[in-house]
Amino acid sequence: MTTTTVATPAQAAAAIPKAGFDLLPLALTLALALIAWPLIGSTSTWFTLTAAGLAMGMIIFIIASGLTLVFGLMDVLNFGHGVFIALGAYMATSMFTGMADWGATDVLWRNLALVLATIVVAMLCAGAVGWAFERVLVRPVYGQHLKQILITMGGMIIGEELIKVVWGPTLVAIEMPAALRGVFTIGDATVEKFRMVATVIGLVVLAIMLFTLNRTKLGLLIRAGVQDREMVESLGYRIRRLFVGVFVAGSALAGLGGALWGIYQQAVLPQIGAHVNVLIFIVIIIGGLGSTMGCLVGALLVGLMANYTGFLAPKVAMFSNIGLMVLVLLWRPQGLYPVANR
Amino acid sequence: MLNRILSHDLPRNRWLALLLVACLLGLALTPFLFPGTKALNVAAKIIVFIVLVASFDLLLGYTGIVSFAHTMFFGIGAYGVAIASARLGPTWGSLALGVSAALVASLLLSLLIGLFSLRVKAIFFAMITLAVASAFLTLASQLSDFTGGEDGLTFKLPEALRPDTMYLESPLFGASVDGRLLSYYVLFFAALGLVLLLLRIVNSPFGRVLQAIRENDFRAEAIGYRTVVYRTLSNVLSALFATLAGCLLALWLRYNGPDTTLSFEIMLDVLLIVVIGGMGTIYGAVIGSVLFVLAQSYLQDLMKLGASAVEGVPVLSQLISPDRWLLWLGILFVLSVYHFPAGVVGRLRAISLKRKAP
Repeated sequence: MTTTTVATPAQAAAAIPKAGFDLLPLALTLALALIAWPLIGSTSTWFTLTAAGLAMGMIIFIIASGLTLVFGLMDVLNFGHGVFIALGAYMATSMFTGMADWGATDVLWRNLALVLATIVVAMLCAGAVGWAFERVLVRPVYGQHLKQILITMGGMIIGEELIKVVWGPTLVAIEMPAALRGVFTIGDATVEKFRMVATVIGLVVLAIMLFTLNRTKLGLLIRAGVQDREMVESLGYRIRRLFVGVFVAGSALAGLGGALWGIYQQAVLPQIGAHVNVLIFIVIIIGGLGSTMGCLVGALLVGLMANYTGFLAPKVAMFSNIGLMVLVLLWRPQGLYPVANR
Repeated sequence: MLNRILSHDLPRNRWLALLLVACLLGLALTPFLFPGTKALNVAAKIIVFIVLVASFDLLLGYTGIVSFAHTMFFGIGAYGVAIASARLGPTWGSLALGVSAALVASLLLSLLIGLFSLRVKAIFFAMITLAVASAFLTLASQLSDFTGGEDGLTFKLPEALRPDTMYLESPLFGASVDGRLLSYYVLFFAALGLVLLLLRIVNSPFGRVLQAIRENDFRAEAIGYRTVVYRTLSNVLSALFATLAGCLLALWLRYNGPDTTLSFEIMLDVLLIVVIGGMGTIYGAVIGSVLFVLAQSYLQDLMKLGASAVEGVPVLSQLISPDRWLLWLGILFVLSVYHFPAGVVGRLRAISLKRKAP
């Protein structure tokens, strides 16, 4: 008489030890905010800066998430990511001049509609250009790191120059929609209205992204691909096609982030791409190349750090991010959340 | 004898040898062949770029590492000379102090960056150098008390190198023999020495290890070479040579500012020259720099002419305008990385090799 015990899925799942979620990096973000408190002195100023830093962090996260996934999946580091940021920002300038009367009115829903329309257009354009970029520039140099760096850098120059041809080399101002100007006041602390909007959009993107990555088959494949590309391929999935999708989505997200960044700064320069590129490189190095969670924590850290040091010691603000990176790398040489096989 | 001077790394192609001799003679005789300030300035720029690009080639071409911080070291050299001369007065002592302080600063900084980022992956290094270089650029333009900020620093050189110091009453072969001529030859011979030294380095056993690392770092490590140590050394050496190139530039211009030495555009120029000239061949730096700087100095005038010819056409005139010089540079860069990865020198050598083979 044989008894066969068939493990229920729940039991099978219990048999595999679940990796504990690493909370330390998150605690680090909190610690940074708490350390800054006594240094700044005034609570209201601290609150204002923290809110601003978190909003900035969310925008940076939106931009950087695509880059880190692209690297994780295909080992391609796109130095031309800044082009999509700049493109998004410039699409925002065009949309805001094209629909100027929507932004000029004091009606909140029309203003928000304008921002939403801008986001959609920026994402579509950046996504389309991203598809062409992958096709023309990145595809011929798979697996050759040196050439990848050189080629994508070349793509970055060409893109920036083309943007100058279309929109001109000088600064383009963006008029903030009327109802989104100004600040909310909570006690003595102030939060800019547009920052709230940016944070909300950032949270929505984060939620969609986490849902896709963790709850759908597509996300499962992407995560598996980041861990071990060859294994996923040998199971019969075409990782190349998946990769193109991720590249386009990443470019679209960069466009979205660029649009938000441009509106937030209320002015766009052609160099915006190169400038933000440096920030997001720092972010993904801090977070661990290929890690989405690390990208989020890194972006928040960089956003907070930039705002705190911008207030405390503006001259060394740029170096503070590099100092942060050095400290993180001393602690965890592969970044906050290292991806297993890299 | 020649073999010894060139460290047994002969051009290995008749045309290449001819081109190199032409470059050498042309640069040596520029003051006499092409009188005029512009020609001399272009020649001096070529000389400085040869050293700068050759030092970058040690890193990119021979070790296979991409650094975006090369102009940072270039800038450190130029700022070293500029700050020392502006603060301490135009003496030889302050010049020497400036050069050595710059060298020490570059040594420490490159060692630090190298030890930090070369342990991991090449791609890491590229990203970190990009970040550090842009931070340095911001810092240099913000510390205006020290570096002169955006305006930069103008300074005087020691008596012997000043343009108004005359050595001969009458011009010699059409060139007035003054401090300017002397500083040109200081640049020329310094650059010649530095390039020969670089040739010596890349053709030494050390240089062979670097090439082994470029081809396959895993095997190089397996044979028993500590790749981290070699990569870091290569990084430090190339930074030092770049610093010296920066010193030479400051010596020539008697001025330094963020746009002259630190700007990202110069970094792109250097990348392009290395790729066009031929990665992993010091000679490529010579040929590439001559071609590139000549094109940069004289082609832009041509573009201006072309742009005025198609003035009315909306998009075309925008594309040809000399402001869009960088666009064509970028396209040229991408095309040459795809289709011309060995560069001019690599191509010429490949032709000779093919001819010899059958």
